[in-house]
Amino acid sequence: MHIPDGYLGPATCGFFYAVMLPIWALASKIVKKTLKAKQVPLLAIGSAFSFVIMMFNVPIPGGSTGHAVGGVLVAILLGPWAATIAITVALVVQALLFGDGGITAIGANCFNMAFVLPFVGYYVYRLISAGSTVGSSRRVVAAGIGAYLGINMAALCAGIEFGLQPLFHHTAIGQALYCPYGLNVAVPAMLGGHLLVFGWVEVLVTALVVKYLQKQSPELLQSQEAAQ
Amino acid sequence: MKLNTKLWIGVAVLIVLSPLGLIIPDHFRAGSAWGEWGADEMQKLVGYIPRGLEKLSDLWKSPMPDYAFKGWEEKGLAHLSLAYIVSAVIGILLIIILIMIIGKILVRKDQDAK
Repeated sequence: MHIPDGYLGPATCGFFYAVMLPIWALASKIVKKTLKAKQVPLLAIGSAFSFVIMMFNVPIPGGSTGHAVGGVLVAILLGPWAATIAITVALVVQALLFGDGGITAIGANCFNMAFVLPFVGYYVYRLISAGSTVGSSRRVVAAGIGAYLGINMAALCAGIEFGLQPLFHHTAIGQALYCPYGLNVAVPAMLGGHLLVFGWVEVLVTALVVKYLQKQSPELLQSQEAAQ
Repeated sequence: MKLNTKLWIGVAVLIVLSPLGLIIPDHFRAGSAWGEWGADEMQKLVGYIPRGLEKLSDLWKSPMPDYAFKGWEEKGLAHLSLAYIVSAVIGILLIIILIMIIGKILVRKDQDAK
């Protein structure tokens, strides 16, 4: 889901930087209010976890590859705004150091994976787990469903961003200037892979860690709710 | 053991296992992620290289493209796996530094007293 340089036109790249700037500013403001000094190491763990989980490319045999993001888990543990910061840091390091995701597309990639993904996942989790006890299996299910919807909504956004390019930018003879595939190809391709394969990796990772933390550190699962 | 220590051990295990993200796709002959093709792959897919894409795709020269060392591209999976692990370690060290800096800026000391 890391859109490289050259797939999105300048207007789309600029638009998503413009959208992300106030989101980053607001995230900083909210995290400044809610995050305690002793939670900073956990923020680093969340960012590192998301970074490394994205390296686990999963194949569709004979086809393309994809990966989980781990961002819904970070949002469940630290809140969606802190998750935005943690995933943004991971995405910026991936783009600058490893060329994974374009420099011009950092705004769009952060919108999809550092904003849409944790927020959708977090609020679905909160909605389904509302009123449940911290050790209940409903929480694990809620985390799984949140993970699935979060990553697929992000994939849908990426598909739309790719798919709009041929409409925006093409030559007189109809050759695309950037991503050559329209919505009819890009959306099913992005969404299909994530609905069928990669989304389930996100589900597995998120649900397993939540289940582990129910035993190991139930207070960590509750700290988000207490903060609000 | 402190929870954070356990979680860091979990991250370390993931780092060591990360080459699976290279080896398994290779085994199943899976290609690039959708929409992350290089210019030559694009030529094969649609018969031309979109002009804007050609111009922008080389915009940034990352020091370790694709989580590998320069010149190691043809060295085979064992070398690439090692480079992958080293990349994960370097990336995560940089992340720790960045988050510590962000933490210093965002988190005031007096908050814990409240």
